[in-house]
Amino acid sequence: MRDVAIIGIGETKIGELWNQSLRELGIHAGLGAIRDAGVTGEEIEKMYIGNMSAGRLINQEHIAPMIADYAGLDDVPAVRIESGGASGGMALAQGYMAVASGIHDVVVVGGAEKMTDVGDEEAKKILSSTADWEWESTFGATFDSLYAMMARYHMRKHGTTKEQLGMVSVKNHSNGALNPNAQFQRAFPLKVVLGAPPVAEPLGMFDCAPLSDGAAACVLVSEDIAESYNGEPVRILGLGMGGDHMAVHDRRDIDAMKATRHAARNAYDMAGLEPKDIDFAEVHDNYTISEIMAIEDLGFFSKGDGGPATERGDTSLNSKISINTSGGLKAKGQPVGAVGINQAVEAVIQLREDAGDRQVEDPLYGLTHNVGGTGASAVVHILERWS
Amino acid sequence: MNIPRLWREIRQRYQGIGVECEPCGRVYFPPREVCPHCRRGSIGNLNEYELGGKGKVVTYTQVHEPMEDYKMMVPYIMVIVEMDEDVRMTGQLVDVEYEDVEPGMEVEVTIRRLGEESPSGIIYYGYKFRPTR
Ligand SMILES: [Zn+2]
Repeated sequence: MRDVAIIGIGETKIGELWNQSLRELGIHAGLGAIRDAGVTGEEIEKMYIGNMSAGRLINQEHIAPMIADYAGLDDVPAVRIESGGASGGMALAQGYMAVASGIHDVVVVGGAEKMTDVGDEEAKKILSSTADWEWESTFGATFDSLYAMMARYHMRKHGTTKEQLGMVSVKNHSNGALNPNAQFQRAFPLKVVLGAPPVAEPLGMFDCAPLSDGAAACVLVSEDIAESYNGEPVRILGLGMGGDHMAVHDRRDIDAMKATRHAARNAYDMAGLEPKDIDFAEVHDNYTISEIMAIEDLGFFSKGDGGPATERGDTSLNSKISINTSGGLKAKGQPVGAVGINQAVEAVIQLREDAGDRQVEDPLYGLTHNVGGTGASAVVHILERWS
Repeated sequence: MNIPRLWREIRQRYQGIGVECEPCGRVYFPPREVCPHCRRGSIGNLNEYELGGKGKVVTYTQVHEPMEDYKMMVPYIMVIVEMDEDVRMTGQLVDVEYEDVEPGMEVEVTIRRLGEESPSGIIYYGYKFRPTR
């Protein structure tokens, strides 16, 4: 196996992009990454595109060749990767393995989702189908409600408070205010966050990430040729994946995500690092409780300390560990199947020290954490500054 | 939900039929083909098992933003229940005020209307939970 570098990144602004189709979003992100890397179309050997549910959201399956075709890359074999909310991260993992194995030298990985062509309730239903449709959703369990029940359990077991959940949202919105590609570029005080209408108690509107349109892409190459292109490289140092029961009710300790824990352990082992070595992380904060569980399960804080750590400000920009400098899913937005690639894009921006006002000071290692469904799949990548 | 799928699941939905793993004694609902603990050793050794229908609330929420089919029920309570057989199920909790729900609360299965697939579609029924009487 050989080392792999990301040498180019591209992403669209995230939001309710009513005037752009999935095709256009994918092309803009992909061409952005290709331009940033300085590779030519002829050099690209494969594309992997993360996408949750284009079939139901825009009535189009087989979207990977469609995006490749309209990007002028109709010769390139292109494959869609689906793992619910972790589709993007899993696409990155596939690209990594294709290059690390020596099968390909230059690969484009992307993620794209168009959530807003259907109505809110339909979008909610489609997202809920990444939980166990037959044995959770059919009985009335929305995606929100499953995370709400995890939140309630965590609060009761560890004393996590609604205010601490709210502080995750406040922090991520304040980071998002510094990100020009974020859906919400505005900070909100805790009082506003806590006063928002309930969605699934104890979670309110500000505890839930929006459902967004957007796309992102990265160009991956083998390490030996990484410096022969324009784009400043970033090394992928570790990769780990994890799995768990599909339904929340089939898991025992629902204050933690086993899939995240396994993915993290594998990624740390591969990178030869420990949680304390990580300077910043993009974690899957589709709900505020998700970030609290993630920072515990990734080993940054002990189980139960996620809420207090957030309250202490340990996860704020340039504190103990900077969590979700991009604004996370909460403020940067949630184009579901693109999220994992959006996270990698942020990690590259940070490691290149191109993040402007939200720059982490002198970062060496960044981690990205992407979750599918309510935690039945998870993928973690660890990225390293090139030199 | 289409008709074949409804029929396929009807015994589970109405009667709470799960399976018991012969080697380890664990009960699963809905039925599984393979016990995640015994794996190969469980194949062919999972026998039908009818749940008693009683259990305790593990965690709960009240839903205010529903999916389309559940609009008429809002707000409604969802629970994860640990059944006496040590298997957990997700369902709605009815016949109780949200303020009175708490973990550990004793509940039992009751068959109620779950929803309808579309305005012209079939009405389907299934289990919900209510406080044990
Ligand atoms: Zn067994």
